[in-house]
Amino acid sequence: MELKTPLYEEHVALKGTIVPFAGYLLPVQYPTGIIKEHMAVREHAGLFDVSHMGEITFRGETALQSLNHILTNDYTDMKIGKVRYGVMLNDNGGVIDDLIVYKFAEDYYFVVVNASNRHKDFEHMKKNVLPGTEITDISDSLAQVALQGPASFEIMERLLKKEDIPYKYYTAKEHVSINGMDAIISFTGYTGEKGFEIYVASENGPALWNLLLETGKDLGLIPCGLGARDTLRLEAAMPLYGHEMDDTISPLETGLDYGVRMSKEEFIGRDALIRKGEPTIARVGLEMIDRGIMREHQDIYSGENMIGHTTSGTHCPYLKKAVAMALIDKKYAEPGTELVVDIRGKKAKVRVVPLPFYKRK
Amino acid sequence: MSKVLKELKYLDSHEWVRDEGEGVFTIGISDFAQESLGDIVFVNLPEVGDEVEIGGSFADVESVKAVSDVYSPVSGTVCAINEALLDSPELINEDAYEAWFIKVENGTLQEGLMDSEQYEEYCKNEE
Repeated sequence: MELKTPLYEEHVALKGTIVPFAGYLLPVQYPTGIIKEHMAVREHAGLFDVSHMGEITFRGETALQSLNHILTNDYTDMKIGKVRYGVMLNDNGGVIDDLIVYKFAEDYYFVVVNASNRHKDFEHMKKNVLPGTEITDISDSLAQVALQGPASFEIMERLLKKEDIPYKYYTAKEHVSINGMDAIISFTGYTGEKGFEIYVASENGPALWNLLLETGKDLGLIPCGLGARDTLRLEAAMPLYGHEMDDTISPLETGLDYGVRMSKEEFIGRDALIRKGEPTIARVGLEMIDRGIMREHQDIYSGENMIGHTTSGTHCPYLKKAVAMALIDKKYAEPGTELVVDIRGKKAKVRVVPLPFYKRK
Repeated sequence: MSKVLKELKYLDSHEWVRDEGEGVFTIGISDFAQESLGDIVFVNLPEVGDEVEIGGSFADVESVKAVSDVYSPVSGTVCAINEALLDSPELINEDAYEAWFIKVENGTLQEGLMDSEQYEEYCKNEE
């Protein structure tokens, strides 16, 4: 049985095409279609229901030590109101999940995890937190929306006083009142554009959703589904759990070095990463030389040798070309290298290109 | 409600076929098909001279999200392809009945295809 997010009825009213995703019924697109939704985010703004994401709080005097023990990043020097990426590893150095951590007090952190991993994550955290840390899965009590795109700031400025808006990337404000609704707002997202992620109590979800859509309408804001969310993150080369990483792939192999602090004395999985040594595979970007569209799980060859596989692939609406991310033998990772991809039995030429495919100006 | 043209026959996999006479048939995908696929961004077509078979996949269409095979309701030889689709696959979204895929000559048409009324009913049940 799939769950409904607090915004389910809004998606139905907007004639969204509803699909099961990570245990939830969510719109893959609205009648506007993926390409227009994608372009709206790059050029104006788009609104996404991301209430399926999991939220877990860490409270207590050892909360920081628990995070530093369980996650690869170092949260020691983090200031209140900051947001920081992190990866959670198993003992073998494989990725259990990637997540972001908000700091709201010295003894209070708010952690956002992938929907499909939420229960697994919570179990792992519960088993490994230090005495003096209390963790709570509050996912079901929250609605989360993502307002993304260059017009996002103007939309928020119509609703909020400037001091309530997080203007710096990866910062957040807590207890902001949007039309009387208590909200967490962060300058974060998963589209490669500027924008916000906003959390309110589940019962306020529909009111927030409709308020934002109404406020941003004349600036080109439209509702966007999971389809555009995926093409946007892929165009921006943002990794997705289950694609670019899983519990058999180390964060160093998939290029998440920026979220891994090997200099930290200890964290779960650190010893395994040291044992594994320098990675022999790398995450690369590929674009087509021949015609065709790459999809996930397609084999990559150099001559006769299979050297890896694609992890995500699509036609990018903004760049107007087919691209993929792939995990391949590091020897072939240099941009400009020509390789071959097996697209459903047909061999097509591709070229290694630098990541990200798209970067906002 | 998707569009259905009276003069065409339809497959349950949502292709349409027009009998042009003298063993020539034109094949495409229906309005219902383009609507369910969403934004079409790539089409793979056979080459002129290729043989197609009833029930065989002769092309594929890719939307942003997925790949779908296109099946032939005709056995025969491809005598023309709609090259415009290769550069502008979005033509299929604009008008699925204008945006034909291939023409087949010396063709034999599959029996038991749906007429427009049957197909309209069929689409209603799929929605």
